[in-house]
Amino acid sequence: MKKLLVFMRAYKKESILAPLFKLMEAGMDLLVPLAVAAIINQGIAGEDRGVVTKYFFFLIALAILGMAFSFTAQWLAAKASVGFAAKVRQALFDHIQELSYTELDTLGADTLITRMTSDVNQVQNGVNLALRLLLRSPFIVFGAMIMAFTIDAKSAWIFLAAIFALSVVVFGIMTRSIPLFSKAQAALDRLLGGTRENLTGVRVIRAFCKEEKEIEDFDGKNEALTRMNERVGRLSALMNPATYAIISIATIVLIWKSGARVDAGSLRQGDVVALYNYMAQIVVELVKLASLIITINKALACGRRIQDMLDVRPSMEYPKENGQALAPAREESVRFEHVTFAYAGSGAAAVTNIDFSARRGQTVGIIGGTGSGKTTVANLISRFYDATEGRVLVDGQDVKAYPEGALIRKIGVVPQRAVLFEGSIRENLLWGNQNASDDELWRAIEAAQAGDVVRGKEGQLDARVEQAGRNLSGGQRQRLTIARALVKDPDILILDDAASALDFATDLKLRRAVHALAENKTVFIISQRTSSVKAADLILVLDDGRLVGKGGHDKLMRTCPVYQEIYYSQFPQERPGKEARG
Amino acid sequence: MSGKKAAPAMDRSASMKTLAKVFRVIGKYRLLLLLSVLLAAATVVLQLYVPILFGDAIDLIVGPGNVRFAQIGEILIRILVLILISAFTGWLMNMINNHLAFRTVRDIRARAVRRLQVLPLSYLDKHSAGDIVQRVIADTDQVSDGLLLGFTQLFSGVVTIGVTLGFMLSKNVEITLLVLVLTPVSFLVARFISSRSFRMFSRQNETRGRQTALINEMIGNEKIVKAFGHEQAASEQFRKLNEELRHYSQRAVFFSSLTNPSTRAVNNVIYALVALIGALRVMAGGLTVGGVTVLLSYANQYMKPFNDISSVITELQNALACAARVFELIEEAPETQEARAELAHQGGSVDIQDVSFSYDPARKLIEGFSFHADPGMKIAIVGPTGCGKTTFINLLMRFYDVDKGAILADGQDIRGVTRHSLRRNWGMVLQETWLKKASVRENIAFGRPDATDEEIIRAAKDAHSWEFIRRMPNGLDTLIDDDSLSQGQKQLLCITRVMLCLPPMLILDEATSSIDTRTEVLIQSAFDRMMQGRTSFIVAHRLSTIRTADQILVMRDGRIIEQGDHETLLRQNGFYTSLYQAQFAGVGEGA
Repeated sequence: MKKLLVFMRAYKKESILAPLFKLMEAGMDLLVPLAVAAIINQGIAGEDRGVVTKYFFFLIALAILGMAFSFTAQWLAAKASVGFAAKVRQALFDHIQELSYTELDTLGADTLITRMTSDVNQVQNGVNLALRLLLRSPFIVFGAMIMAFTIDAKSAWIFLAAIFALSVVVFGIMTRSIPLFSKAQAALDRLLGGTRENLTGVRVIRAFCKEEKEIEDFDGKNEALTRMNERVGRLSALMNPATYAIISIATIVLIWKSGARVDAGSLRQGDVVALYNYMAQIVVELVKLASLIITINKALACGRRIQDMLDVRPSMEYPKENGQALAPAREESVRFEHVTFAYAGSGAAAVTNIDFSARRGQTVGIIGGTGSGKTTVANLISRFYDATEGRVLVDGQDVKAYPEGALIRKIGVVPQRAVLFEGSIRENLLWGNQNASDDELWRAIEAAQAGDVVRGKEGQLDARVEQAGRNLSGGQRQRLTIARALVKDPDILILDDAASALDFATDLKLRRAVHALAENKTVFIISQRTSSVKAADLILVLDDGRLVGKGGHDKLMRTCPVYQEIYYSQFPQERPGKEARG
Repeated sequence: MSGKKAAPAMDRSASMKTLAKVFRVIGKYRLLLLLSVLLAAATVVLQLYVPILFGDAIDLIVGPGNVRFAQIGEILIRILVLILISAFTGWLMNMINNHLAFRTVRDIRARAVRRLQVLPLSYLDKHSAGDIVQRVIADTDQVSDGLLLGFTQLFSGVVTIGVTLGFMLSKNVEITLLVLVLTPVSFLVARFISSRSFRMFSRQNETRGRQTALINEMIGNEKIVKAFGHEQAASEQFRKLNEELRHYSQRAVFFSSLTNPSTRAVNNVIYALVALIGALRVMAGGLTVGGVTVLLSYANQYMKPFNDISSVITELQNALACAARVFELIEEAPETQEARAELAHQGGSVDIQDVSFSYDPARKLIEGFSFHADPGMKIAIVGPTGCGKTTFINLLMRFYDVDKGAILADGQDIRGVTRHSLRRNWGMVLQETWLKKASVRENIAFGRPDATDEEIIRAAKDAHSWEFIRRMPNGLDTLIDDDSLSQGQKQLLCITRVMLCLPPMLILDEATSSIDTRTEVLIQSAFDRMMQGRTSFIVAHRLSTIRTADQILVMRDGRIIEQGDHETLLRQNGFYTSLYQAQFAGVGEGA
């Protein structure tokens, strides 16, 4: 949390002044019992109406000043806390932009989103309340005690004892209930998860006739939550009655003792009233302070979580932009030299000892089973991850030697998951190249077989794409993401299972169009379908992270048993022995 | 029902009906509720009476030599007793309220989950899981917080106001009237401020909504942002929205934080007036100093119940809206009544007789669908997306009932037998994998909790999931949830789950779509062994997996347009042929 305070620096003035004004307001509150005492002691006892009126206007002035101070404090606190939160949010967003795939994998999108939204809001709330109240409540509590000492030091020890007893009760209950609160929250999360599971799995549950079992599971979680809640409730049920009893008993003692003091002539009736009023102020503020501390505790926990995010350093290093021109496109486009890679936190390597070279203009197919490492190879070309062993070269230069952002400019990626962003179709396609003309966009769209999709939308290039492209079908989205990569006119094009939602006929047209467009490009096609990679100049066959075959279709059919098996599993009628074919 | 999402201002009769339902739920705790109300009243009266006694005591402390200790002592002992009693009643009331609130929530949730099990799929498919979870969890909490606790708070607020007025009147009529007249001023101030801040709040919420959407989109797809070097553009886009949000938020937070100081200021003015008039009255001889103290402390407390009540009322309205949503779920009509008869399995023939069905009456889907499957047949269904393949499976499993026609299993209309007896005959693997958050073992044995480890392992070996299960940290005991496995692994587990049950009939809806083709071939042969003599329906994308089917149904727009085995269909040279040939063509050939 401490490091987050950097973001507070711009609001240093506000964050000092806000509590200060709040204290002045509290000071006004503390003067009220004194004025009332003066009315009783001087006004009533002295039968002096002038004094009464004077102190009446004094009270009115206190009310108005108090309001003015308070308004100022609220504005300063709002400005500082909201501004602080905005800075934190921006810093977090910018920081996430710097993280590499490895950190994104370990942290997870859900966590990052929670940090940016609800955690930052909690922190804002906590800072705002802290600026306004954190000093005010103790100030009133101890102020009331000090005022009591100035009125009558002998009676004031009762205040000290009362404050001590109240603190023990309030903070005792609080420290005991905070851990219980989080346990109750965890029980609630489990119940929520159970409910969600019941809904997402409704077909399976009913198909297996497990409705009764699910109810039983739910009841168990429901009962556990109720019991946890009741445990927390038993503690907090004590808070109000206990504080009330303590403060009232203190008042009883106060009245009894001060009675004796008045009798002895060392205290006046009005002073007793003032002491009584101060006692009442204390309890209100202590209870406020307790709930404030709970809020601040939550905010601190959220702040720590945000800080943890900001402390995550991107694991990837780039050489400084050295003014050198990008490596020019070379005859040898991509080269893997004995590359091995393991994902962070995973013991086994995802790919082992991958070695190949792809020339410019070649189409490279990558094929293999589920989890065989196809996407990993593609991710290593774009340097989304750094190889654990070996080297990856693009245009003859080690990918680690490219300055930040330079390598990615050469490469167009169509990821497995077809995602578009809110905005127009044009805005989405311009992600590939901000300066592309409409003609260029259309050329890419046609090649991606998305012409019909775009023409079918009202406004064509200006048609709205809703969030995550949910107003488009999976196949439509996929074709537009292909167009987006083509707009970039990259030296290297990577299609990662980009046609999985397309039927075979469209897939074929797409491959032909890309082939025609990609005269000088190196194209990587990742697929589970042999039909998609059959015509490639070079096919890499992966099996359990190892390169078990490379070469053309015909060669692999002769030499690579894994490739043969994949092929025959998709074209069983060509299996030798069933039908003799070349 | 008019207006599905209950608007904040529900019409009165609807609110009353909802309220009546809530009280019916609380019904079994009504004695406790009554007790809670009585205790609240007792606590309030006692706590308000104590200041009067303190005032009396102060009146007995007049000056030097003029302090009547005996009487003060008596009063103080009385106060002590009353305090102890009221602390006890207050504590008891809190305990009872806790009990009431938590039990009511538990009961409502228990009812809701029971209803979920019998709601028709048509309802569950139409409502997002998030919406229903919200009803069962958050809305229910709101009902207990808002309605139950709000009710006691409202009650004690009203009692406080009444009793305070009574006590004040007993001290001085004039000052009481003054307080009574001036109180509304603070309401007006509060209302003025909240109407201003409301506008800022809705702007803030609208901007925050847009920002959250942007965060979800960009951070959720950060890898794509990075793949296109879009980081700076995204940061810039975010910065603009963040600035806008900061602007509105600062104002919204500021305005909303004005309410307290403003009402406090009004309150302080009232306090000053009470002090002024009180002092003058004492001098005139109509009031004691103790009396002024009492009136001052009441004047201080008097605003609190009003503020409480106004916040409780908004809370109550909100809670009623939530209750309406919860009850809408709980009272939603369940699936049609179960028939008594059990499906008697004999071989497994399936008859589809002139079936019509659509989700939306305005958009026809399946029309005049007829088909007969002999026992033991393997039937494949192919066709483009949206042609009705999955719908057909919904009908076979009786997740939905047909609109027209009938489906017969072993000669019995499936609507004439219990759903359980029908579904026990089917084993189903869907493209959308679902696993419980539980151990691998529990997931595999989902349909047969009594299965031994040997049986589970055998099924896992058949389904080729044993390879990766074995390598998991705790083998069969490894805890899994939706995120911890790849799509292909999840599909393998779903297949294992069915393999263990060995049902007489089988439905596979794109069951192997995320599994590589080599493994798929191996699983297919396991299925074939398992399905010897069992009727099966297979929906598949990859045509190679369905070539061995006895019958292939080619569907388009809810109709069967071609039907026959692979060879026959190829010979027809129709739609099936064009689908099939597309996968053979390479880039170089043709064109």
